[in-house]
Amino acid sequence: MTSDLMSLDALLPVLPEIALALGALALLMAGVFLKGETHASVSGIAIGLLVAVGVLALLYPIDGVLFNGVFVADGFGRYMKTLILIGSALALVLSLSSAGENGLAKFEYSVLVVLATLGMMIMVSANDLMSLYIGLELQSLALYVVAAIKRESTRASEAGLKYFVLGALSSGMLLYGASLIYGFTGQTQIDEIAKVLSLGDRSLGLTVGLVFLLAGLAFKISAVPFHMWTPDVYEGAPTPVTAFFASAPKVAAMALLIRVVMDSFEPIALQWQQIVIFLSVASMVLAAFAAIGQKNLKRLIAYSSIGHVGFALVGLSAGSQGGVDGVAIYMAIYLTMTLALFACLLALRTEDGFAEQISDLSGLAQTKPFIAATMAILMFSLIGVPPLAGFFAKWYVFLAAVEAELFVLAVIGVLASAVSAFYYLRIVKVMYFDEPVLQFAAAPAELRVVMGAGAFLLVTYFFTVGAPLGAWAHNAAGSLF
Amino acid sequence: MTLTYQAIVFLPLIGFVIAGLAGHRIGHRNAEIITSGLLIISAMLAWLVFLPMLFAAPAEGAAGEAALHAEAVKVELFRWISSGEIDIGWVIRVDTLTAVMLVVVTTISAVVHVYSIGYMHDDPGRWRFFAFLSFFTFAMLMLVTADNLVQMFFGWEGVGLASYLLIGFWYHKPSANAAAMKAFVVNRIGDFGFSLGIFGTFFLFGALDFDTIFHAVPGMEGTVLHFLWGDWDALTLIALLLFVGAMGKSAQFLLHTWLPDAMEGPTPVSALIHAATMVTAGVFMVARMSPLFEASPVAMTVVLYIGAITAFFAATVGLVQNDIKRVIAYSTCSQLGYMFVALGAGVYSAGIFHLFTHAFFKALLFLGAGAVIHAMHHEQDMRRMGGLRKKIPVTYGLMIIGTLALTGVGIPGTPFGFAGFFSKDAIVEAAYGVGGTNGAFAFWSLVIAALFTSFYSWRLLHMTFHGPTRADAQIFEHAHESPNVMLWPLYVLAAGAVLAGVVFNDFFFGHAEHIMHFFAGSVVVDEAALDAAHAAPLWVKWAPTMAMLIGFVVAFQMYVRDRELPARLANANRGLYQFLLNKWYFDELYDFLFIRPTLWIGRALWRGFDDWFVDKTIVEGLGDRVRDVTQRVVRLQSGYLYHYAFAMLIGVAALVTWAIAAGGLN
Repeated sequence: MTSDLMSLDALLPVLPEIALALGALALLMAGVFLKGETHASVSGIAIGLLVAVGVLALLYPIDGVLFNGVFVADGFGRYMKTLILIGSALALVLSLSSAGENGLAKFEYSVLVVLATLGMMIMVSANDLMSLYIGLELQSLALYVVAAIKRESTRASEAGLKYFVLGALSSGMLLYGASLIYGFTGQTQIDEIAKVLSLGDRSLGLTVGLVFLLAGLAFKISAVPFHMWTPDVYEGAPTPVTAFFASAPKVAAMALLIRVVMDSFEPIALQWQQIVIFLSVASMVLAAFAAIGQKNLKRLIAYSSIGHVGFALVGLSAGSQGGVDGVAIYMAIYLTMTLALFACLLALRTEDGFAEQISDLSGLAQTKPFIAATMAILMFSLIGVPPLAGFFAKWYVFLAAVEAELFVLAVIGVLASAVSAFYYLRIVKVMYFDEPVLQFAAAPAELRVVMGAGAFLLVTYFFTVGAPLGAWAHNAAGSLF
Repeated sequence: MTLTYQAIVFLPLIGFVIAGLAGHRIGHRNAEIITSGLLIISAMLAWLVFLPMLFAAPAEGAAGEAALHAEAVKVELFRWISSGEIDIGWVIRVDTLTAVMLVVVTTISAVVHVYSIGYMHDDPGRWRFFAFLSFFTFAMLMLVTADNLVQMFFGWEGVGLASYLLIGFWYHKPSANAAAMKAFVVNRIGDFGFSLGIFGTFFLFGALDFDTIFHAVPGMEGTVLHFLWGDWDALTLIALLLFVGAMGKSAQFLLHTWLPDAMEGPTPVSALIHAATMVTAGVFMVARMSPLFEASPVAMTVVLYIGAITAFFAATVGLVQNDIKRVIAYSTCSQLGYMFVALGAGVYSAGIFHLFTHAFFKALLFLGAGAVIHAMHHEQDMRRMGGLRKKIPVTYGLMIIGTLALTGVGIPGTPFGFAGFFSKDAIVEAAYGVGGTNGAFAFWSLVIAALFTSFYSWRLLHMTFHGPTRADAQIFEHAHESPNVMLWPLYVLAAGAVLAGVVFNDFFFGHAEHIMHFFAGSVVVDEAALDAAHAAPLWVKWAPTMAMLIGFVVAFQMYVRDRELPARLANANRGLYQFLLNKWYFDELYDFLFIRPTLWIGRALWRGFDDWFVDKTIVEGLGDRVRDVTQRVVRLQSGYLYHYAFAMLIGVAALVTWAIAAGGLN
């Protein structure tokens, strides 16, 4: 196999990834060789690096397929990469104020986040089962370490270990699925697989391979029944790490899933749609019920994120461009809600720790009215109350499902959404109608900015970012069809 | 002239808006002066509109023919509803019938406004009271100037609302609130019939404005309409449905129960709304729809019977009541029955005539009673009055005038008599003129009712003003004449009670041509019915007068000469006395027939359906099931790594099975 790279110019489509990789190495060097407390400056540079790469990707959009077809740079990838870079950068921002208590006052944390982000970007651009796996593992290995980075905490270590073992299992499944697909199609490249499948040469083994592959991806987006790690890891890991886990990796895995099913398995849409519908219904329903039983805020958010993945999958189930539009918009709004929500949680600092239980929020409206108002807006948006952004997120995916005549799925989704309203509203009730129990320290400025900006975007979504975001998502999804 | 009509109708509205919105800021005094002043202007303008109609020269020949069917003056303010076939304008319609009503409503309202300045002088909510009074007047004017049924319904509901607000004006009194609700609910029953009538009219005629309907009536005779369980003559059905509305508003037999309770409101309200104006809206509506009713003999007969029964029934109850206002209230109910008899007999002008005169003397009696109550520090029970003649002589004199007018004192065949004499005798003669069983029934009911009317009216006077006092010594000692601001309105009304009959007799119950010319087509003038009434024999003309004299003599015997006689009579006829005292047990009957079952159904739906079924079973049941599911789901999350891994493997196995089973391979 000869290289298809004739000159350095041909590398331009992959420039953001190269920049990020070199940046990560430089950061590592800086962390090792600089004297003294380096974590704050390394974090700052890492945030700057992520932002710069994002700007670079947006300002110089160059499409292309490289490295003998294993890497693709296109509009869809750019949209998702932008979300990922925003998510990673903001997750680092959120970690700044409480790095000490959370065991994140190590420069390695920022480097690992940047490496994980690099992995995610490769996932999003993967055009081959091999590059897909490389991106996934690069991301996962970084995340395993990050989950357990607070070494002295047994809970964090337990979370990291669980995540690692189950992640390894899921990687194994994914690889097994990939090998079956290769075995039955003779191809690893995504568009080549589609070509083979469209010839009509299909066997049962291929379906099994598809299921295994999708199971591996479902683990990464924590869809039921591959979600079991999520509550434990979210609860056990330090809160800023959880914020990171809940944002960028979800977007990356969802983007990867979309690309795989829409591109390579488009000819057998019926099969993967059945599987996605199953994952979607199971996620929505289980999350709605399980979250009601939670007392810990981070576990609640874990189930909430499982539920939202279920809703996003409703859009994917449609298998249409409208559905992919919907998922793309959904992920952007989900990212905004998640980051703002974790900003709230990290701002609720007492003398001996952070608010962890729902009951800790009692009477928050009296002691911290701004945070309580932001939380309330977030809760209503997570429920999907118009005119907040969360409503439009659900609207697009349900609309796609209805247009694809998946009525039962849409109805189940709406019912699950109604049940989920209970646990979101309970938080509002606790904040506004119960008596205060805890006194909280003043919130750091950067958290207030994230909260305020998030709440502003969610409230004014329809009038401000709604239209451009919708158009962008539509363009991005268009590059898959 | 256009501006005049608008001013008459909208000046009270302006008064309401000023007093209602700014009343607490501009103060009681200003609210009183503004509303009363605007009403007085409105009343003067109304007379300006009315008087030229009296003196319009009788036109000759073809011009005279044209005048008989003159179109009413119409001032269109705006198009109100325009949707499909419905095209309704907001039009002020002024013809003779409307002009009569304008005069009655604005005059009585102006008088009551002024009177209330004195009567309500120590009430803390006066500005609200005056605002409501003006609002009522506006709604009533809207009703009488309506050019179509929907606009009339607007006024109809407006006066109902005003009535509700004013009956319950003293909202801290539970009895006042109950009475207000009762008035509203009973009126809803009538309004339901009225609205069905409106729907039926639109269904049949495809239009709702009066002229279109009346022109179409002759072509609709014999049309059959299916309603509820059977086929009906369309015009009869519509007329009867409309009449149900009239029965509710005018407190006719079966729907009368709210009127006596409405006396819980302040006395000026009783005079204005529950004697002179609002309760006559039913009479007005039937007169307005007279071309429709004329086309249905069945409906006319029903109106006749209901009117006659009401006149008799209410008079019997009035015989034994002890509350001074309730006596007058039953009297009102009875007199409204008279008016409906006139309408049922086809002599609409006589009904309107009685409406006109009755407004003056009944308002006089109510306001006089108000003066008595005012003097007695809000004592209303006549058993604790007596001997007030010396204390409040002016009020006494005015009440005498009112009583003479109500009982119909006059000399038949001469132009000497009080207002009620002319109008009531006209109705009695009209009833006789109907002939047959129906006529005889109506005639004798009215004559007996006239006897009773005379008896209870004089009984009221004797118990209140004559004999030794039964009042608390201190109250009696402090009883005093009312201030001039309350007496002057009474003088005005007294003038009306004396003169309204003799002056206007010719216009309402003179020769057919004269009446036709005066009304100019605004109500049907049935020459045959009118001739039959005029042709009544002499004994018929004397019958109500004799009945009146007998009633007077009996009352004199029982309440002046032998004061123990009423108690002896009551003890001797215990059952009859209780029957009358308890108003024929109508309230108890309705309580048993309607109120208890309704409350029972309400409780059943509340406790059984809503509380048990919806709340407990469905809502809480669902909640419980959700909690059960949650508990099971939460238990799945054991924390053991091998459970999680196992779940993933099971998941893969299930997905493979599902994908093969559901998707298959194709």
